[in-house]
Amino acid sequence: MPEEENKKEIKSNEKLIAGMPEEELIASGHRACAGCGSVLAVRHAIKAAGKNTIVVAATGCMEVVTSPYPQTAWKVPWIHSLFENAAAVASGIATALKKQGSDTNVLVLVGDGGTFDIGLQALSGAVERNHDFCYVCYDNEAYMNTGIQRSGATPQHAATTTSPAGKLIHGKVEWKKNMPFIIAGHSENVYVATANIAFPIDFYKKVKKGIEHKGPAYIQVYTPCVPGWKIPSNITIELAKLAYKSKTTPLYEIENGVLKFTQKPENPIPVDRYLLLQGRFKHLNKIEIAEIQKHIDDTWNKLLRLEETEVRI
Amino acid sequence: MSPKKQEKLPMDIGAVIKEPGSSIKNKTGSWRSLRPEVNRDQCIKCGICWQFCPDMSIKMDKKDGTAVIDYDYCKGCGICAMQCPVKCIKMVKEEK
Repeated sequence: MPEEENKKEIKSNEKLIAGMPEEELIASGHRACAGCGSVLAVRHAIKAAGKNTIVVAATGCMEVVTSPYPQTAWKVPWIHSLFENAAAVASGIATALKKQGSDTNVLVLVGDGGTFDIGLQALSGAVERNHDFCYVCYDNEAYMNTGIQRSGATPQHAATTTSPAGKLIHGKVEWKKNMPFIIAGHSENVYVATANIAFPIDFYKKVKKGIEHKGPAYIQVYTPCVPGWKIPSNITIELAKLAYKSKTTPLYEIENGVLKFTQKPENPIPVDRYLLLQGRFKHLNKIEIAEIQKHIDDTWNKLLRLEETEVRI
Repeated sequence: MSPKKQEKLPMDIGAVIKEPGSSIKNKTGSWRSLRPEVNRDQCIKCGICWQFCPDMSIKMDKKDGTAVIDYDYCKGCGICAMQCPVKCIKMVKEEK
């Protein structure tokens, strides 16, 4: 079989494809849904961190799909403890490595539920104590693993099983938490960045920067979810691109408290082109779309002002 | 857990899994209902499909650099066909 031959032949570690190392540190055969965006985020994050890395995971999709006992998709040391304490586990590992004088990286891979809600306390403590780790939050905007319950990351008006679109409420009532700013507010020594899975090289560079950064780094990567957002499996990347073009996911970095955009869409599109492709937003009326558009524009203008004035967050 | 079951699935302390990447035993290719087929004459070897494959089931051929699909693990999501800049990947119905 030609495929088998190729598998054996392609083993060089140095080779780059489309600007990324070819070697995979996570194996095929994981149980993620077809078209999963989060797996791509995890795949590129671990590529950026490299072989000399200890991965810490909280409970979530990427924990469940990669490690059903007695199998694992990981080719690097990987530890899972609880939903709430990934950052606390990472703090311990980072401290132990520091004591040993080791140069091993600590990469934390947690979903939005484990970051925005359940793990926030541990993360806040770890950032405050200035541990050296890189925290990647794959943000699919709800608790997808347990069956699409709303989280602090779910955007307003999105329908989930605990914030359904019905007569009393029309999807989630509250807006999404501004997590990058919450983390950036801890200290000026934290490196904060947002990324989008449609721009893997940008994400790859940000994770590399976060790993090299001395001290805590927080990277929030936007990853569409096929069953949770009720989208066809083949439009994951296309949808992520539309989110970027409609200014829903601004791509920026915060270094030393100063915000800087890494890229901006040339011709922004109206947000309904992004929203109406998704089943979770299909109930929206014109007033709600206008409300979302206004919120996006306001957030965008605020970010532009912050970049312009270089005010420290 | 009953003693009988414990014998069947011996667990190390902390449920440590000692074999890295052992998920390859799980052939997820059986999930597929649409199969991607690459027209390797049209392929421009850009690696975009490789970059966007969530199942790590696209390899770039070492000899000619074109995309080769590993049907053992491809779940048939169709991202590669959607993202291919020259549209040389087609999704074909899986038939026995």
